[in-house]
This record gives sequence, structure tokens and C-alpha cells, in this order.
Amino acid sequence: MDQLINYTLFLADNALIMGHRNSEWCGHGPILEQDIAISNIALDLIGQARNFYQYAATLIGNNATEDSLAYLRDVKEYKNCLLVEQPNADWAQTVLKQFFFSTFQYYLYQQLQNNNDEQLKAIAAKALKEVTYHVRWSSEWVIRLGDGTEESKKRIVKAVDELWMFTGELFEPASYELNTNIDFIFLKENWNKRIRSIFAEATIDVPAETSWHQSGGKIGNHSEHLGFILAEMQFLQRAYPNSEW
Amino acid sequence: MVETTNISVEKIWKILETVTDPEVPVLSIIDLGIIRDVKSKRDEIEIFLTPTYSGCPATDAINMNIRMGLLENGFSKIKITQQLSPPWTTDWMTEKGKQKLKAYGIAPPHSKQIVCSPDSFQKEEAIQCPQCNSYSTRLISHFGSTACKALYQCNDCKEPFDYFKCH
Repeated sequence: MDQLINYTLFLADNALIMGHRNSEWCGHGPILEQDIAISNIALDLIGQARNFYQYAATLIGNNATEDSLAYLRDVKEYKNCLLVEQPNADWAQTVLKQFFFSTFQYYLYQQLQNNNDEQLKAIAAKALKEVTYHVRWSSEWVIRLGDGTEESKKRIVKAVDELWMFTGELFEPASYELNTNIDFIFLKENWNKRIRSIFAEATIDVPAETSWHQSGGKIGNHSEHLGFILAEMQFLQRAYPNSEW
Repeated sequence: MVETTNISVEKIWKILETVTDPEVPVLSIIDLGIIRDVKSKRDEIEIFLTPTYSGCPATDAINMNIRMGLLENGFSKIKITQQLSPPWTTDWMTEKGKQKLKAYGIAPPHSKQIVCSPDSFQKEEAIQCPQCNSYSTRLISHFGSTACKALYQCNDCKEPFDYFKCH
């Protein structure tokens, strides 16, 4: 039971933190259409997070709610991977982060929609339809920037340098992922294949697979950035407990 | 004792037809295909509702409007159950709903939709302009004013318009 709860929280935390990062772009997008696009993606992800938190809350019992799980857990209790908590830099880094993460979600949910757990299965099948649009949108941006101008190419290559080290963690199962029937080798192969094909189209080099990777987020060892996200996101519930609006 | 009275269930469906989507007010929630089932047990009514998108902010407003609509008609014991599976699809939108959308200026989802795939820069389906009926239109953004819509522009009459996208 603890494993299922932790796994559900891991799925929820990933979606929430990525969604929160995207929401930071709301009103700041480079053009209106893309501002709307990334805010829409944020909305999808926060919706997915809510579904996972609601399910985790029913598994936990003890008056846990989706809100208590999102607003009252501390940094160490969050299980999201390090990739999603990385601060937004420029547009290239933002769309690349989305591309890495959405591609991961896409292949993960494809497996999860055939899981033994009825609720995880239902949430994944629903979310997969949304993630399909996210993969498409972010892939197109990676190609557009990579195969674009000298400046856009420089920026997307820099983003690859900065973010690649956070992708290895996605495929290193934490203890609560071991009984999930997720085939990590297949997941990684699929992910790699799509990254390679999009990078080829974008004329960007794929870093060596043997390069060093950062990990720890899945077991609560986060970068300093997550604390700042939670400080902002949780302030209201911490200062005014149980407030609703 | 479980008792199902067909008459009251039919009446509930009629009431639900008057509840509209706050984001697209010409569509009733029945047109939208998000009401999956209605059951009644004595004086309690259970409504099974599926959200269009996981994060659709209209869902909470719709739940409230369902309660209001039923309360106004004298039903007070109402349970709304979220049903995620099978996931909502635009195929569940009624023909009547599609016509209403078009009249409202939103291109309705294609009935024979191409399966959505993540492939980049794929060839788009020709979407008909709801204003001048031209098929010469272009995609501006996959993401429109709400999660369920994409933004298009007509090459002939130049009007920008929303397309209720394939899902």
C-alpha cells in the first residue's frame, strides 16, 4: 500500500511542479499564442496532478485531501524528478524541458494505461490524450529552434547542455516504482528513440549516453529550487490554514 | 432495497439538457457528451460525469450548475461522481451540438477524426471555416482560448476562428 501511495504521489508531484513552472510563463510568453499554449499545458498538468492527489488522498485516508498533499508537504516529502523543478531560463530551455518531460510522460502513460490499478489506468489513459499534444508542440519548437537561426540554435544547444544531466533520473526506478510493472528498459528505449529523431530533425547532437547524471529528486533529495517553488505555492495555506476561496 | 424509477431518470436527463457549458454557452452538457449515466435510488440521484480535459476549469462550475438546476426542480439529494474511464472523446458530442457550435462560430470536431499522434509538423485535416464555409484555412496554434480548442484562420474571409479539436 505504501508503495502505491508513494508512486501515486510521485506521478502527482511531477505533474504539479512541471505545471507550476509552466504557469510562471502566464503573461510572459514570447507571443500571445505561445503564452496561451504554455498556460494550457500548465492547466492540463495541474489537472492531472489533481487526479493523482485525489486518488492518493483516498488511499491515505486520515482526512488527507488533494489540497493537504499539495500544500502541506515539505520539500523532503516531494518525489518529483529534478528535471521539472529546474527554473525557467529562456524559451529554448523551457520548450526543451517540456519536450524531455512530455516525451517521458507519453511513454510512461502508454504503459500505465494498461496497469493493474484501475484508477491509475484511468487517469493515465485520459492524460495521454493531452500529453500527445504537449509532445507535438514541444517537438515542433525544438526543431524550429535547432534548425532555425544561429542565435536560436546556440540557445537550444546551451539548453541541452544544461538539462541533459537531469534526464537520467527518469529511468532509474526508485523503490516505490519496482512493483509497478513499468518496463524501464522499454521506456528508456522509446524515449531515446524519439529524442534522437527530433534532435536529428533539429540538427542538434545528442549527448553521450554515458555522460554523468544527477539524481535524488525521486527520493526527496531536491535542488534548492524546489524550496522556492513551495514557498510561493504553499504560502497562503501555511499563513492562513484551511482557507478556501 | 434498490429501486430504479425510469420516469424520474428521464426527467433528470431533461433537466440536465438545460445546464450549459460555461465556456461554450451554446452547448448543453448533454450535447458535450460528458454525462455518462444517471441513476436514481429512491430519492437520491447519482450523476456520472466525465471531464473533457483533466484540468478543465469549467468542471467545477458545471458541477455547481447541475446541483442548482436539480435543486430548482425539487431534487435535493444529489451525488455527482467523476468517471474518468473511458476517457472523454469529441466523438461523444451530439450532432445537434455540432450544429450549434458551427452556428456560434466555432468549427465543430470532425466526425471521422484522424487519430491524434505526437508526430511533429504532421499534415493537418482541412477544417472548414464556420463563417464562409471555405476549406482553405490554416492552423495558428494547437492551443486556443480553452483547452479543448485550437486556433485557426480562414485564408479566404480572413476571419480567425476556434476549432473544437480532435480528442
